Amino acid sequence: MKLKATWFDTIIVVIICLISLLVILPFLYIIAVSFSPPGDSMAGNFFIWPKHWTLDAYSYLLNANTFLTSVKNSVIITAMGTVLSLFVSITLAYALSKKFLPGRRIMLLVIFFTMIFHGGMIPNYLVVKNLGLIDSYWAVVLPAASSAFNIMVIRSFFQSLPESLDEAARIDGAGEFRILYSIVLPLSKPIIATFTLFFMVQFWNEFFSAVIYLNDTSRWPIQPLLRQMVAISASNISAEAAVDASLAANLGPNVQNAAILLAMLPIVMVYPFLQKYFAKGAMLGSIKE
Amino acid sequence: MQRALRPKRFHQLWPFYLLAAPGILYFLTFHYIPMTGLILAFKEYSPFKGMMDSPWVGLDNFRQFFGTSDFYMLLKNTLLISLLNLIIYFPFTIFLSLLLNEVRLKVFKRVSQTIVYLPHFLSWVVIYGITISFFGPSGVINHYLGQWFDGSANFLVSNEWFRPLVIFQSIWKDAGWGTIIFLAALAGINPEQYEAAKVDGASRLQSIWHITLPGIKGTIVILLLLRLGSSMDSNFMQIFLMTNSLNLDVSNVFDLFVYHVGLEQFNYSFAITVGMFKSVASLILVLGANYAAKLLGEEGIF
Repeated sequence: MKLKATWFDTIIVVIICLISLLVILPFLYIIAVSFSPPGDSMAGNFFIWPKHWTLDAYSYLLNANTFLTSVKNSVIITAMGTVLSLFVSITLAYALSKKFLPGRRIMLLVIFFTMIFHGGMIPNYLVVKNLGLIDSYWAVVLPAASSAFNIMVIRSFFQSLPESLDEAARIDGAGEFRILYSIVLPLSKPIIATFTLFFMVQFWNEFFSAVIYLNDTSRWPIQPLLRQMVAISASNISAEAAVDASLAANLGPNVQNAAILLAMLPIVMVYPFLQKYFAKGAMLGSIKE
Repeated sequence: MQRALRPKRFHQLWPFYLLAAPGILYFLTFHYIPMTGLILAFKEYSPFKGMMDSPWVGLDNFRQFFGTSDFYMLLKNTLLISLLNLIIYFPFTIFLSLLLNEVRLKVFKRVSQTIVYLPHFLSWVVIYGITISFFGPSGVINHYLGQWFDGSANFLVSNEWFRPLVIFQSIWKDAGWGTIIFLAALAGINPEQYEAAKVDGASRLQSIWHITLPGIKGTIVILLLLRLGSSMDSNFMQIFLMTNSLNLDVSNVFDLFVYHVGLEQFNYSFAITVGMFKSVASLILVLGANYAAKLLGEEGIF
């Protein structure tokens, strides 16, 4: 059937274009400001195309120690968090995907209950504090190592794999760890890819636990630092003392917007890979046993 | 079925328990041990005596909490943000899903989906930064307000603008992402229904009304109830960033109050009391929502 565009199609396309434009414009604006000298954007005589181009903001940020340290911290936290989350979530989800495992229902219940009830912010804080994790990267990484939702989604993927595979391997004398490592994991590439990317995004974006658990600001990842950098410009907002006075002194709109851009750069870079998988992953989550 | 091939005895099963151990340990440590901290709501926590030896005070903390005007302010602010999200953000997501579903040009559909999903993956801090670039004192909006209308608005530090901005942020960040689940439901509708409707002379608007919407009714009901069930939760990260001393009258929600009382004033017991009230109220709402879903003949959430 040949597609014939009616007025109805036209209206829909126009509305979607407008909505998409509304999503994209802020990005274009942020990029434009970050490449403009500070005076230009103050004058506001451009919107998405800089009048004069300059790399000042970027060269400034890439020479600012505080900023580079926060990027380094973010990279460490993201790497630690992703590896740990994958390990904890995959092993537990795999064990729980085995219907023959005695005690499986109780474990599932224990996990599921955390979805609807939790101690809350202060009890969590006290636990992290009592474990002596304050000011260590582990304080950011450990409490976020997994979630009931992750376990449910990964488990339902494992359950969709044919059981006869493990059984055949068992006959051949493979141990359970070997079955997981050499047979199940290679077959689970799509779900592992999805969650690797999800975890990377999650830990890169981590903000609040860094604020409450890391008093030592030299351990701060990029998000809390970015917040201080942009909050300063919204005068009237009493931001806490700036992490780095010299960094604050030089904050023009170009530097702030360059920092916003750099903070989202890794996300925008993994996004195309993520996109391939996540729709499927998100739908898997809605499938029930 | 050859059941013999499945591990049955403990010496065959221990590898699975070993695999489960780190995860279970994680859930116990970071989800269940905190629940024991809730007893502090019934105590007057003293850092010198510790959690166990601090004196019991019964329901004093709860009495104190319900007795203050703070309680009503927090309840109102929290519920109002949830309600606004429910009547603006939620229908918008459905509207966007219907639009995307009607697009017949596959390439266009894929490109626009890619675009509207993207903001979901940005951190709230980045969203906050973008908001400041646009709505801040020296942001674009104020620049043009000054140039064209000779005026300016203190978007970020006013009571009036807080809620509209927060709802707008939610829509910008998550409405696109929210369409995924509706689009999945829409894909499940039998195309023959549309062809039958077409033969009967239905217009596309009529098909949407009589086939598409009823086709996703179940999904709408479930998601609506899920949102109702979580109406005590505000998007804490978003609110935390957007709040300041000048809009606290409208921005102060339960989670934020817990943060201020607990982690800034170190009044752990009282903060835990407030947090516990919120957790229990949420639990009741979720269970109630699930019950309602089943009454309506839907599958329920669990």
